Amino acid sequence: MGTTASQLGKDLLSEYQELTFLTKQEILLAHKRFTELLSKEDKALPNPRIPMQSILTLPELKSNPFRKRICHVFSTSDMKDGSLTFEDFLDLLSAFSDSATLEIKSHYAFRIFDFDDDGTLDVGDLEKLVNCLTGETDDTRLTPDEMRQLINNILEESDIDKDGTVNLSEFQHVISRSPDFVSSFKIVL
Amino acid sequence: MPRGNLITSESDIAITVDNAGDEDEVSSCYEEHEWGKNRVKGREKEREKKKRGNARKKGASRAGRGDEELEERAERGEKGRRRRKRDNHDGKGRERDEEEQAEEKSGRAAKNKKNLKNERTRKMEQEERDTEEGDAKRKKKNESAKREEKKEDGGKRAVKEKANAVKTKKHKKKVETSSEQESSEEEDVEEEEEEEKEKELRPESLSPEELEKLKEAVDEKKKLIQTLRGKPWPMKKKLSTLRESQEFLEKYEGALGKGKGRRLYAYKVMMTKKWMKFQRDFENFKTACIPWEMKIKEIESHFGSSVASYFIFLRWMYGINMILFGLTFGLVMVPEALMGRPYGSMPRKTVPRADEASAMDFAVLWDFGGYAQYSVLFYGYYNNQRAIGWLKFRMPLSYFLVGVGTVAYSYMVVIRTMARNANESGGGDDNSFNFSWKMFTSWDYLIGNPETADNKFASITTSFKEAILEEQESRKDDNIHLTRFLRVLANFLVMCCLAGSGYLIYFVVRRSQKFALDGLDNHSWWERNEVNMVMSLLGMFCPMLFDVISTLENYHPRIALQWQLGRIFALFLGNLYTFIIALMDEINLKRKEEEIVKFNMTVWEASLYNGTVPENSTAPPVTIHPADVPRGPCWETMVGQEFVRLIISDTMTTYITLLIGDFLRAVLVRFLNYCWCWDLEAGFPSYSEFDVSGNVLGLIFNQGMIWMGAFYAPCLPALNVLRLHVSMYLQCWAVMCCNVPQERVFKASGSNNFYMAMLLVILFLSTLPAIYTIVTIPPSFDCGPFSGKSRMFDVIQETLESDFPAWFSKVFSYASNPGLVLPFLLLMVLAIYYLQSTSKSFKEANVELKKKLQMQNEENKKKSKRAALKAAMDLEEARKAMTQAAEQQSNNNASPQAQKDGGENRSSSQRLHHGKNGRNATPLLTDQEGQLPATRAPVPRTYHHGNHGAPGYLPGIPRQTEARVHRAPSLQRH
Repeated sequence: MGTTASQLGKDLLSEYQELTFLTKQEILLAHKRFTELLSKEDKALPNPRIPMQSILTLPELKSNPFRKRICHVFSTSDMKDGSLTFEDFLDLLSAFSDSATLEIKSHYAFRIFDFDDDGTLDVGDLEKLVNCLTGETDDTRLTPDEMRQLINNILEESDIDKDGTVNLSEFQHVISRSPDFVSSFKIVL
Repeated sequence: MPRGNLITSESDIAITVDNAGDEDEVSSCYEEHEWGKNRVKGREKEREKKKRGNARKKGASRAGRGDEELEERAERGEKGRRRRKRDNHDGKGRERDEEEQAEEKSGRAAKNKKNLKNERTRKMEQEERDTEEGDAKRKKKNESAKREEKKEDGGKRAVKEKANAVKTKKHKKKVETSSEQESSEEEDVEEEEEEEKEKELRPESLSPEELEKLKEAVDEKKKLIQTLRGKPWPMKKKLSTLRESQEFLEKYEGALGKGKGRRLYAYKVMMTKKWMKFQRDFENFKTACIPWEMKIKEIESHFGSSVASYFIFLRWMYGINMILFGLTFGLVMVPEALMGRPYGSMPRKTVPRADEASAMDFAVLWDFGGYAQYSVLFYGYYNNQRAIGWLKFRMPLSYFLVGVGTVAYSYMVVIRTMARNANESGGGDDNSFNFSWKMFTSWDYLIGNPETADNKFASITTSFKEAILEEQESRKDDNIHLTRFLRVLANFLVMCCLAGSGYLIYFVVRRSQKFALDGLDNHSWWERNEVNMVMSLLGMFCPMLFDVISTLENYHPRIALQWQLGRIFALFLGNLYTFIIALMDEINLKRKEEEIVKFNMTVWEASLYNGTVPENSTAPPVTIHPADVPRGPCWETMVGQEFVRLIISDTMTTYITLLIGDFLRAVLVRFLNYCWCWDLEAGFPSYSEFDVSGNVLGLIFNQGMIWMGAFYAPCLPALNVLRLHVSMYLQCWAVMCCNVPQERVFKASGSNNFYMAMLLVILFLSTLPAIYTIVTIPPSFDCGPFSGKSRMFDVIQETLESDFPAWFSKVFSYASNPGLVLPFLLLMVLAIYYLQSTSKSFKEANVELKKKLQMQNEENKKKSKRAALKAAMDLEEARKAMTQAAEQQSNNNASPQAQKDGGENRSSSQRLHHGKNGRNATPLLTDQEGQLPATRAPVPRTYHHGNHGAPGYLPGIPRQTEARVHRAPSLQRH
């Protein structure tokens, strides 16, 4: 990334291709979209960050209930504000790309679902997850009873070592059997 | 040697630690490339390494260790021993040395005597000397410690404490901690000196072993580069790792291999690089070549994966049709058009005199009559000449084989795709993770449209609720009799509909036959196109009717959808088969007509010969224009025409419904909404949804008709390609501009194989009638490639007899003997049965294994709990002993014997403390004291772990055992 960030160096581009699951076209498109989101003064910076707010305006993320989590997971910012550099952005797109492996997809999915970042999905995480999935409106919310039932069922199924939480390997075990995780865990620019 | 024991346990720990956290892996990576630098920078390295050592908390991974060892050797080989300095204090270095020492101790004496020409052995020896000295030092130190204890008094004690303070300071400096270190500080200085001495000793050469190791490292780097993209690291880390390992590769790849080999090696390396680049570019090119990729992605991001799945299916169909088209076009139509006899040269290739006037009319052409009928588009045009053109192209054979090949290829593709889909979905226990899948995988991340997202929220909520209800099985079956009655009624109504539509089609086909006998010209457009129109209309309205009826049944939406699909399928199938049966009737009629024509022909021919050339009956009747020759009805062409018309009218209805039903409706709703009394957009007409299942069904049936008719009308695949091409654009446009996302969003890939199964059924059902006609009905006598034969497949026999050597046909006839074919079939059935039962047993074994794993898991947990308890107790005892010893010491200062005892006790307890300090375990231990009796060990944070967790990883267990193993040795030691 040069100072103007107008275009990517050739070497860098090929390195990005080596390191992500994206094709050249996709990387260039991503770069274009990224620079569009940058504000004027940011462009002058050597390694600009886009604040989470403007990342969330992307139509691809706008209606995603996990958009904030996604930003937080992929952000390398020290301030934990969910802002993304271009490389973070590429990481995001790579994990969500068509050709990414199940392993990397499930890894990031786990981190997205792990709301409190403690390395396991506990009851609180699952509750938040259900609330994300059922939307903000009250009529689609589950009642506490239903919620409890649901979470119990989930833990019964996937918590293989019965410690009350779902850890990464259990999660990956569950996910790897799913027929349509890979096809739906995708974001395309 | 107790030390050896300690070391092994230590190294074990290092390995398990490697599994536990990513930090270690990282550090090993860093180490790997650090090495590359170090070799260049020489001594600067030590400082760096120390820094790194500070950053690292625990022992490094085995890989890291191996690397370092290798690194060290390589360096020694190149530059001599000077490097060996402070980094030996590094815990790992220490360990390694000691391991080596343990290994080599036995052979040491002998080796010492050897004349050391070999670099390697010299080095080893030096190492040994090192360690020997170290040992000596250690002993000395121990002794001194004991002496100190013996001479114990207040002043000395203070000195000792000072020494301890110094030690801990040193520890802090290094942080790299291991229990061995406590005895090794004093060696530091000495070893430093030693290394200074050794600096000059190393010449430049690498032994084969070292080369081997270097090669391994290079390969490892390569592997690392390849797998780097699959690692869940932030880009920065990936980038730096990539760069450094590339740098490393560049530096050392050339060093492998010598002289000539080196050149070759460098060349090879360069070529692989080029090849990689080419592959990547090719990959880019390939993705750029996939047609409609961007379009589909756009739709995907608006409507989710289910709508996109229809378009992907459409594209797949398009691909298949392209290949079918290529086959028929390249092997049948083009050869006949280029090399066959030209139009007008024979009766079957000429429009009859009676039709000549209207043969170019658009209405006739639209109906595929006139010139279209007498062209390569239809079966009747083809000549029965065995070989055509200068290529001696076997036309009839090719025609037959292409017909068979089309079907065979389709079967192959469909079944292969089904198998792949089944593979992808994993198979096996489908329902075991019902809830978890709903939870973790139900969100479609592609959805970028707020409306779709709202629908998705709603559907996810309902699916949760349903699942909970199902689980509870507390569904209130209120008035089961009423629901039952309603369901029976609904099915009855549907049956009525199906029967009615079947009869309607049959009736219409019969009527059209009557019209056809009367001559088409006397009838209106409607009467001529009745069959197709009725079929299309039925296909359009019956599903709606079914939808209405299905509200009676009060089924779960998913089940309702399946019923709906099943009914539409039945309707289409019924219609198609009625159509075919009616067509068979017509074929029979035509054949009767043909008999009459045939009889008339002979009469006509006889009269011809008698009238014009009565004397010379052998001369051919050249004077007669082929258009005037009477000819049979050629039922094959008729069948082909029917299918082509069907396809055309079907296509038209699809397009028109699309335009009217979707586009016009959207326009009306959009613009009339300004001046209407209710909200059109939200209320009654609203916008149409994209009906995935209906569209897929339409596509499947269309394909079925293609398969059925392709034998009699070679142009059908071409038509279908055209149709699919147009519908791709039209439907993409329609979806984007005038549809709203479905309310009933259902998963794409889940139903994928359902569609495929339907396609397979349709394929089977549509090839049945085609095969039936080919096998049982004799071909027409005066048209088509098989004219003059009693059956179409006789062409095979003919080819075998005339084009192959005699023995081949003999073998073939033996092989086709029922006595051979039947056992073969039986064998195949048996094989299928066998495979099926094995797969079943595998599945069972899978379930069994899973159970076992779970059991073992429980067991492990119990065990670990017990071990933890025991450890806690041991600790407690040690503690007690310690306090006792302390008491003894303070109380019985007088007696030297007791003093000594107490001293030993103390020293042991001290060592215990050191052990704790050494591995930074103090907090852990206190932790355990608090927690152990009650709970399991805190699970380490496992995020960065991803890539270790290989597929076969047992969920849950490794974490635990790790935690246990990691803890246990440190306790058991005391």
